Amino acid sequence: MTERFLGKDLLGLEPLTADQIRFILDTAEPFKEVSERAIKKVPTLRGKTIVNLFFEASTRTRISFEFAEKRLSADTVNVAAAGSSVEKGETLVDTARNLEAMRIDMVVMRHPASGAARFLADRINSNVINAGDGTHEHPTQGLLDLLTLRDQFGRIEGLKVCICGDILHSRVARSNIWGLLKLGAQVAVCGPVSLLPMGIEDLGVTVFRRIEDAIQWADALNVLRLQLERMHGGYIPSLREYNRVFGVTVERLEKAPKDLVILHPGPMNRGVEIDSRVADGPHSMILGQVTNGVAVRMAVLYLLAGGRPEMAEAAKGRAGEVTE
Amino acid sequence: MKPLLIRGGRVIDPSQHHDAVADVLIADGRIAEVGQGLGVPDGAEVMEARGKVVAPGLIDLHVHLREPGREDVETIATGARAAAAGGFTAVCAMPNTDPVTDNQAAVGFIVKQAQAAGAARVYPIAAVSLGQKGQQLAEFGELVGAGAVAVSDDGHPVVSSHLMRMALSYARTFGIPVADHCEDPTLKAKGVMHEGLVATRLGLHGIPAAAEEIMVARNLLLAELTNGHVHLCHMSTRGSVELIRRAKDKGIPVTAEVTPHHLTLTDDACEGYNTNAKMNPPLREAADVRALRSALKDGTIDLIATDHAPHHYDAKEREFDDAPFGIVGLETALGLGITELVDGGLLTLPELIDRMSVAPARVFHLPGGTLKRGAPGDVVVFDPAARWRVDPEQFLSKSRNTPYAGRELTGRVVRTVVRGRTVHPG
Repeated sequence: MTERFLGKDLLGLEPLTADQIRFILDTAEPFKEVSERAIKKVPTLRGKTIVNLFFEASTRTRISFEFAEKRLSADTVNVAAAGSSVEKGETLVDTARNLEAMRIDMVVMRHPASGAARFLADRINSNVINAGDGTHEHPTQGLLDLLTLRDQFGRIEGLKVCICGDILHSRVARSNIWGLLKLGAQVAVCGPVSLLPMGIEDLGVTVFRRIEDAIQWADALNVLRLQLERMHGGYIPSLREYNRVFGVTVERLEKAPKDLVILHPGPMNRGVEIDSRVADGPHSMILGQVTNGVAVRMAVLYLLAGGRPEMAEAAKGRAGEVTE
Repeated sequence: MKPLLIRGGRVIDPSQHHDAVADVLIADGRIAEVGQGLGVPDGAEVMEARGKVVAPGLIDLHVHLREPGREDVETIATGARAAAAGGFTAVCAMPNTDPVTDNQAAVGFIVKQAQAAGAARVYPIAAVSLGQKGQQLAEFGELVGAGAVAVSDDGHPVVSSHLMRMALSYARTFGIPVADHCEDPTLKAKGVMHEGLVATRLGLHGIPAAAEEIMVARNLLLAELTNGHVHLCHMSTRGSVELIRRAKDKGIPVTAEVTPHHLTLTDDACEGYNTNAKMNPPLREAADVRALRSALKDGTIDLIATDHAPHHYDAKEREFDDAPFGIVGLETALGLGITELVDGGLLTLPELIDRMSVAPARVFHLPGGTLKRGAPGDVVVFDPAARWRVDPEQFLSKSRNTPYAGRELTGRVVRTVVRGRTVHPG
């Protein structure tokens, strides 16, 4: 049980191999069932202490991690930047040292600076899970998107997936690009050129400038949230025009040669990047993503704690077993 | 003071196209004689320099010594000693201190502190604008009178084209260059590294090459308009090189510098969010490094300056976005020049000394940069073959922020002499 499949931390999908990503997805499968039980708790991480350190607002990701931890019986503490020592000017390195001094086992961190998770991981012995660092990566989101696509299509290899929207500022886009490419998907991005990062083609992705072309090509669209700040930053003229040019609408999807699977990492701006009839439509996997998020995070926590993928079924215990 | 006879070294003085084994005699703080088989004057100290290079002391036109304001990271004294350890006999201190060097008292303070330190010479560069705010010209006349050798708002570009035009025109009165940190602040915005594939992968905000080139182009146009001497600080892009080359062909009065790090590193050094690779202008791409190197070779870029920028270790021990820009450079510049540029086949040793001593003296009209009889007794003696490993703990600078820690370099300073007095080793 001691051999580590992932190393100490999960900082991004870029450093992982295809096998490691598949291990996590496979390990998530048995954990899906735990959330369907009447008593949603297994003893896997009993006695482990986990700090959820959120320097940025988050609802979905924070709650998803917290459920994953609690369903694995870990002891958890939530720290939000507001009201903490961070607000009093404490540096990240001091925060790290203090956490280390409290002998915790794992840290789940969301931070506005790219590289912050790596910075923390390099300085403490505890496992670090990146819950989103600036515009760098959001690996568990990438993993849950992969799991959702795999559930739907039975495979990732050969799938055509287009990530739509603000690629420049998106950590979700980066994690998706790495994960999909490593598992053999064809990846495209589509959005205003002003929101595409320099050199994106060199990562091995196709660029579509028109959403109509992306829809013709793709098996699945992962539609990113368009943040209001981008308008004020001068990247796009208005949300109205964004919807008109890049919005994923029923009318546009009807012209596709096949039914497209629709993903969105949330929170959605209905009527901006995605129309309600698409978000609520039969091909939307958006709530399935949220459900898979808990299973993927349970898998990551389990594997970083030293668990082996083939033991995951046994590790979660029997259905209905009361553990506390 | 005892005369100093440096005997039997390879004397390289590009100002006189001299490169031969000879003796150098320094007396009364000046170069007394260079020749073969010089006699030993009464009471002279004799230094055997066989196998060593004897050259005019290096001159760095661009350093940040942080005093007044941040004496915890560097002082004029520690900076001047670090300079001497790196073979520099003179450095020019940028005015972005706290308070800013924008008045004659502040200039006088630097002169006084430098004299007290008694290491490398320190020449003040004064601000272009009061408080470096980019609005009202500082009093160039009084600043020059107090000892300033150039003006610059370094750290901040002069954003207003009108103010830059006035600065270039007004500076002609006093025969000083206006040195500009070329950067369009609206393009730089929140950028922390070169805009390119590495920044895309790391998720860091990029600074496009055009942020520099727009200001280079503007400055060249204004230099043409005013016939005022513009000195372009720390050039980093191949586009800037092209612009300067064309301007020099047209006879526009422009000079330009490049740092050792922009000649030797690319944005790959930022991998792993290495804050010691965070500088402004940022490290760019291999094609930029190649262009900068050939520009240094052909004279499009006149000289090497370090942009020595000390920071407290705490300040660099931060998230990449929050860490300050800049690295220390005084104690690694010569070694990098020999290892990368001379041993790397780009420059001859006399060319390197030209770019680090003769050209800087010429561009800022400073004494030194030559071993002519009667010139200041500012001399460096170095071993061009000595190998050493960069250990920041051994730096005389107060700061340790360098991306070269652990690098093995060739070429090490043996002795630095200012006004005939040995200032390193101290």
